[in-house]
Amino acid sequence: MSSGLSLDTSFAALADPTRRAILARLALGEATVTELAAPFEMTQPAISQHLKVLEEAGLIIRRVEGTKRPRRLAKAGIEAMELWLAMLRKALEKNYDRLDQVLATMESNHEMNPNTKKRKKQ
Amino acid sequence: MNTMTMTKMTLKTEGDTHIVVTRRFAASPEAVYRAHTDPKLIQQWLLGPEGWTMPVCINEARPGGKFRYEWRNAKGAGFHITGEYKELKPYSRIVHVERMFLPDPTPDNHVETSFAPDGSGTLMTMRMTLPDEKTRAGMLATGMERGMEASYVRLEEMM
Repeated sequence: MSSGLSLDTSFAALADPTRRAILARLALGEATVTELAAPFEMTQPAISQHLKVLEEAGLIIRRVEGTKRPRRLAKAGIEAMELWLAMLRKALEKNYDRLDQVLATMESNHEMNPNTKKRKKQ
Repeated sequence: MNTMTMTKMTLKTEGDTHIVVTRRFAASPEAVYRAHTDPKLIQQWLLGPEGWTMPVCINEARPGGKFRYEWRNAKGAGFHITGEYKELKPYSRIVHVERMFLPDPTPDNHVETSFAPDGSGTLMTMRMTLPDEKTRAGMLATGMERGMEASYVRLEEMM
């Protein structure tokens, strides 16, 4: 990946759940402001403000089509990659936090079982 | 990144083709290895975002053995993974191939996982294939078929 330069700005823009949801929607294809606003209980100006942040971070671009200004992901491959990596990271972190608990339970079961050899305690 | 700084996990891309994840655990390599190969243990943690369970976990932990994991959420959405073990070296190394069904199968993901003693714990290193763009988009879209509103909530949980 050669997107190091934009990573900080990208992650700042990604810090907001509404903006992440907008990006997830755009990962599926171009959409108008009305389409992007539909799932949210937000005013169009509020959505437009989020779109502005995403545009300034270089994550999305707008196209002019008559009176419409449909948005799409900029450099779709790279930005969708960042979104995907963030999703993967979150899912793995959840998994491994749960695994910590599983391992702690295994360890205590092991120690309570007199038939198994003693193991070093963490 | 506030709370993220506490995390013990690292995730990096390696070139354009791989992802490398490392994580430390306060348990022996044997225990961590077992948690990766025993279906009863896998079902307790390999669940991704909150709200998902793994009702089906078939795992033949031997070279050439197959596995199949099926996930479901409360709304009835689901997907599954199938895979084969290429190499199993207790309690230090697992090499396997897997693919997700979304519902079409994604290209094979080659995964190498190693478990090395690290003080009184274990350092796990997992190296996997970076999915292509189409696969990544498909994975992001998983769960969206039930309506954008639900998927927005779900995505928020993922991030």
